[in-house]
Amino acid sequence: MAVRLKDLAKKPEGLASGHRGCAGCMEPIAVRQILLAIDNPCVVCCTTGCLEVVTTIFPFTAWKVPFIHSAFESAAATISGVETAYKVLKKRGKIKDRGTKFIAIGGDGGTYDIGFQALSGAIERGHDIVYICLDNEAYMNTGIQRSSATPMGAHTTTSPAGKVIPGKREFRKDLTRCIASHNIPYVAQAVPSKWRDLITKVKKAVEVKGPAFINILSPCRLGWGYPPEDTIEIGNEAVETCFWPIYEVEDGKWRLTYKPKEKKPVSEWLKKQGRFKHLFKPGNESILEEIQDHIDQEWERLQRLCS
Amino acid sequence: MGKISAKTGNEAMAEAMRQINPDVVAAYPITPATEIVQIFAGFKSDGLVDTEFIATESEHSALSACIGSAASGARTMTATASQGLVLMQEMLYIASGLRLPIVIAEVNRALSSPINIHCDHSDTMGARDSGWIQIYSENAQEAYDNLIQAVRIAESALLPVMVTIDGFIISHGMERIEIIPDEEVKGFIGEYRPRYTLLDEERSITMGAIDFTDYFFEHKRQQIEAMKEAKEKIIEVSKEFNSRFKRDYGLFECYRLEDARYALVVLGSTGGTVKVVVDELREDGVKAGLLKVRVFRPFPWQEIKDTLAYIPFIAVMDRSDGLSSLGGPVFQEIRSALYDIDSRPKVINYIYGLGGRDTKLHHIKQVFQDLQGIDRTGRIDGLINYLGVRE
Repeated sequence: MAVRLKDLAKKPEGLASGHRGCAGCMEPIAVRQILLAIDNPCVVCCTTGCLEVVTTIFPFTAWKVPFIHSAFESAAATISGVETAYKVLKKRGKIKDRGTKFIAIGGDGGTYDIGFQALSGAIERGHDIVYICLDNEAYMNTGIQRSSATPMGAHTTTSPAGKVIPGKREFRKDLTRCIASHNIPYVAQAVPSKWRDLITKVKKAVEVKGPAFINILSPCRLGWGYPPEDTIEIGNEAVETCFWPIYEVEDGKWRLTYKPKEKKPVSEWLKKQGRFKHLFKPGNESILEEIQDHIDQEWERLQRLCS
Repeated sequence: MGKISAKTGNEAMAEAMRQINPDVVAAYPITPATEIVQIFAGFKSDGLVDTEFIATESEHSALSACIGSAASGARTMTATASQGLVLMQEMLYIASGLRLPIVIAEVNRALSSPINIHCDHSDTMGARDSGWIQIYSENAQEAYDNLIQAVRIAESALLPVMVTIDGFIISHGMERIEIIPDEEVKGFIGEYRPRYTLLDEERSITMGAIDFTDYFFEHKRQQIEAMKEAKEKIIEVSKEFNSRFKRDYGLFECYRLEDARYALVVLGSTGGTVKVVVDELREDGVKAGLLKVRVFRPFPWQEIKDTLAYIPFIAVMDRSDGLSSLGGPVFQEIRSALYDIDSRPKVINYIYGLGGRDTKLHHIKQVFQDLQGIDRTGRIDGLINYLGVRE
C-alpha cells in the first residue's frame, strides 16, 4: 500500500487538462489525486456544482473515466443505482467482473446540505461506494453563499459581514462525525497538501467492502479571498491550526493520521483570507476568541476519540 | 389464453413487474402505490425475482437511483403516487433528458393541500410536460398489459414511461384479469441492449454534461422529435401485443363513436362508468359515445382531431384542474386540437372526481343531458363545469 511519487508519476491521469477550473482551484488537484489512487476501473458521479460545470462543458469532457451527473442533491442516490446495476448485471452474466469502483463527488452544498439525506440513505443501505466531499465551505458555484460547512465568522454573500452582523454567526456542521455515526467501514478527513495521506485514504476507501466517506478540504481562492498560488498552503495551514484535522475512522477506530508538531493559532490562518478580514477590525476580538475556543474544544474531543 | 385470476390493480402491476423481472427496482412506498412496492419486495424475498431491489429513503432518491441504474444499462423500474411523483419531479426531467428508458407504475392520487389519499389526476397531469410517455389505464387488465408494453416502448423510444391507474378505485379494487404465461411475457419484452452505458468496457462516456446556449436547444429539439416518433413505436408495440395476446390497444379507445352526436372524452377508470351510460342512452336512441385517451403523452392530437371532427357536441372530463381559470389540461389540449376544423365541434369541460369524489352514473348522464341541451338551444351556459361538488 506504500504510495510513492515515482509510481504515481507513471500512471495515466483520469482528469484531462483544459478544464475550466479557476486558476488556483483545489478541486481538480484533489480529483487528480483521487483518480491516481484508484487502480481499478471506476465510474464517477458528481453533484451539480463547480466541478461538474468546469469539467463537462458540452461537447467537451475532462473525464477519462465514465462519468454521470444527475442533480444537485442526488449523487449518492445516483451512484447507488450505478453500483446496484453493476452488481445485478454481473450476477446475470451480462457484464464481466472488472472490480469496478463507484465514486461520488460532491461539494459541501451537495453533501452537507441539499444532498445530506440522500447520502445518509445510500450509506445506510450499505452500497459499495466511496463518497467524497470536496468541501470549499460555501456554495461557490452560485457565487459564494453560506452553507452549513461555512465556518463561523466567514463573510459570504448570504452571511455578509455588514455594519451590525459580522459574517456567519453559526459554527460549521461536523459532517465527518455525522457520517462516522452511521458506523460505516471507513470515514476520513483529508487535505490535498498531504497528498500521500489523501491517496492512502482513497485507496483504503475503495478497498473496504461497503460504503466509505472522505471529506477533503478544498480551498476556493475566489470565495476565501487569497492569491491563487496559495491554495495548497492555505489548505495545509487549516491542518496546522487544527481547524481541519486529518484523521480516519476505520471500522469504528478513530486515528489521527497527522498531528501538527505545534498547534498554530487559528488567527494566523484566518488573516490570510479575505472572507475573515472584518474579524480583525477593532471590536471583533471576541469572535476570534470564540473561534479559537471552539477549535480547541473540538481538537480536544478528537484527540480523546483517537486515543 | 392466459390464466384467469382475481387481482387488484396494484397486484396486477406487481405481477407484471414479477414477470418482467427487471434488473433493478428502486422505490419508496406511498399510498396508494405502497402495495406494488411491498408485493414486489415479497417476490424478491421469496426468490420469485432476482432483481436487485433498492429501498431508498425517498422518492427523489428512488428515481435518482433509477437514473444511475438505467444509465448503467440495467432495465429499471419503480412505482409511486401523488406526493412521491411530485418529489421525483426534478428527476423526471433528468431521466427523460438523459433518454433513459425507466418505467414507473404510477397510482393516481390527489396532491396536497388539503392532504388526501384518494384518486385524481393532478399528480401525473403535473408531470405531463416532463418528457415522459404517459399511458392511462381504465382497469387492472389494462394496467397489467400497459406495464408490460411500457418496457418495450421505453426501450425502443429511449424515453421513460409512466403507466397509471386510478388510486383505490383500481389500485385496490379486485377484478378478473388474464395473466399471460411468464415465458410469453419474457419473450415479448426480450433482452434490453442499451446503446450507451456507464459500464461499457470499451467506451468511456460522460452523461449529464452541461449545455450552454450553443447546444441546449439542439438537444431539446432531439427530445421533442423522440416524443413525436414515440407515437409510432407505441402503435407498433401495441400491435405486436395484440397479435400475441389478443388484446387490442390503440392510442385511444373509441366506444360507439362512429355515428355519435354527443361524446365524452375521459382518461382512466371513469371510462368504464361512461360506457355503461353510453349503452343506456343508446337504448333510448341517444347517439352517445366515448373517446377514452390511453396515451396522453405523446398527445395524439391529429388522430383525436380526425376522430372527433364530425361529433358536434363534446364534453372533456378532467380529473384535475390546472388552476389556470381555463379548466383542466385534457380540455385545453383537445380544444386546441380541434381549432383548425372549419365547422368545429362545441367543446365544454367538466372537472370531476377531485380527491376521490365518487363519479356515478347519474353524474355522467347529467353531462350528456347538458350536451343535449346545447344541441337544443345552441347556447353554452357553462364552458367549464364542476361535477358533483357542493357549491
